Amino acid sequence: MAVTDAKVPAKKKAPGIRLFGHKVPFSAQIGFLIIAFNLFLMIFAPFLAPYGEGIVPADLQKWANPSAEHWFGTDAIGRDILSQLLYGARLSIGLSLITTCIAFVVGIITGFSAAILGRWADVALSRFADLILSMPTLIFCLVIITAVMANESAFVAATGISNAFFEGMVIVGVIGFLYAVPVFRLSRAVAMNIVALEYVEAARLRGENIWWVIRKEVLPNAIPPLVAEFGLRFCFTFLLIASLSFLGLGIQPPYQDWGSMVNQNAQVIFLGKPMPLFPAGAIALLTIGVNLVVDWLLSVYSRAHGENA
Amino acid sequence: MLKLIAQRLALGLITLWAASVLIFFTTALLPGDFASAMLGQQATAENTAAIRAELNLDRPLVLRYTDWLSGAVRGEFGNSLASHRPVSDEIKPRLFNTFFLAIYAALVAVPLAVFLGVMAAIRQGSTFDRGVNVGALLTISVPEFFLGYLLMMFLAAHFRIFPVLSAVNASTPFFSRLYFAFLPMITLVLVIVAHMMRMTRASVLQVMASPYIEMAYLKGLPKWRVVVQHALPNALAPIVNVIALNLAYLVVGVVVVERVFVYPGMGQMLVDAVSKRNVPVVLACGLIFAVVFIGLNILADVLSIMSNPRLRHPR
Repeated sequence: MAVTDAKVPAKKKAPGIRLFGHKVPFSAQIGFLIIAFNLFLMIFAPFLAPYGEGIVPADLQKWANPSAEHWFGTDAIGRDILSQLLYGARLSIGLSLITTCIAFVVGIITGFSAAILGRWADVALSRFADLILSMPTLIFCLVIITAVMANESAFVAATGISNAFFEGMVIVGVIGFLYAVPVFRLSRAVAMNIVALEYVEAARLRGENIWWVIRKEVLPNAIPPLVAEFGLRFCFTFLLIASLSFLGLGIQPPYQDWGSMVNQNAQVIFLGKPMPLFPAGAIALLTIGVNLVVDWLLSVYSRAHGENA
Repeated sequence: MLKLIAQRLALGLITLWAASVLIFFTTALLPGDFASAMLGQQATAENTAAIRAELNLDRPLVLRYTDWLSGAVRGEFGNSLASHRPVSDEIKPRLFNTFFLAIYAALVAVPLAVFLGVMAAIRQGSTFDRGVNVGALLTISVPEFFLGYLLMMFLAAHFRIFPVLSAVNASTPFFSRLYFAFLPMITLVLVIVAHMMRMTRASVLQVMASPYIEMAYLKGLPKWRVVVQHALPNALAPIVNVIALNLAYLVVGVVVVERVFVYPGMGQMLVDAVSKRNVPVVLACGLIFAVVFIGLNILADVLSIMSNPRLRHPR
């Protein structure tokens, strides 16, 4: 059962670590460890990487097998794969975090507004959400990218930003928009449930204004499902960006994220060299870690509130 | 029940139409200049004008949409900007390859998922159950290309059991086609089997908690007969629904998997067309993928209405 005393300090020795007053099972501990490890590597990449970003080492070797100097081997132009992997973490994880945050801000604002305003705003937004959700995400994403990228040269010439920055913005914008839709759905449903509760009605009858009700009454109670959704959404975003880059439609050279590293190293797998497996494995590891934590969060939430909350 | 199904089908038709509007106007409303984006350095006044003429850019937007849609319904999507041949001619063999791969994967994945799910439910809490669950979590989490390259690395590069590339063409005989498409098929199976398996297990376990199952036990039936004869039929509705939904997912997963194994299907075609800004091909592939995806979603709903006994026999 859910433990309610929230003031138990997190101690290693006691049977089980606690967080927010809930016991953290072994699987979720592994998940947290994987996430922390990835964040650590991402933040301290310049100190950890044996070679600089995009630097071709003096002992130029193309497609060198893993060795003491190059733990994960080298790529087509002799760059150290471990170093590229560490720097690539910043693009992969960083862009996914930014995209997920955008999806959340947009989704939550529209979702809560739809639930509280009701009527035509709710109907219009919900129908639009239904339509977007009925489309396969990757396919629709590719169609939008085709359309937006056709503006690249004109936009770059007009604003003076770099091509790479424009491409990054397109990825973040398109995926942020597409994944705002499921967040909208969820936060609308959550807010609908909460708005119908007595304490919210009481607050409205007291004459509190609508934003006060959202901030003080709706949001705090909507947090647990939204946190789990954030983890899940991060996974989807992370995988979608990686897939786009893998297909050669995401991050473009000379910049590399993990997905484009898989793409650019793929050719040697035919010779039995493991190079593309390292970035692909890094992607797999982080998604597994986040999923382990999400599974735990969802089970905690459904235990405390009933399945259909 | 017929009324419900008819309603669902009508809604599905509206969704399909709305999807075509969404796909077409996404590419048409943005001011992008596809002609110069496609030609890049080689853009001259003449060939830019030729591409614009090919896209009928001088006609009003709504007319262009109705032309495109009426062509699409008849299976015609105009000419490819790259090869200047009809898009439909280029799509046909690839569409066949993609469907071949997807159906191949579905035929393996569905029985496997139901079998694993039922076994896990029978032996709930056992090592087998936990092992299958961990396996499901892992395959749900990892990207398709990781599984694909892993399989390729071991089964094709190291042990040389399967070919590295799935180079099939129109003249490849059926059985060697099965062999060439084996690794991409297994990758797709691993991706979709987990969801279906989890759902089978969950819905069988839910039914197992009901009193009539206890009755079946008490009259002395062996466990497998209780599960297969008494629990499974009543657990079928959610399972059928999830299977149809995952087959829809298969259609999308195929894009990445085809790329990994250089399998000549629609997914590869779409990706190439996107990188070359070949709009007619992007529109055609996008529409076909969307139609199949939405179609399978409608099928999932209709099947779950039909497999619900309460809706099948109205009072």
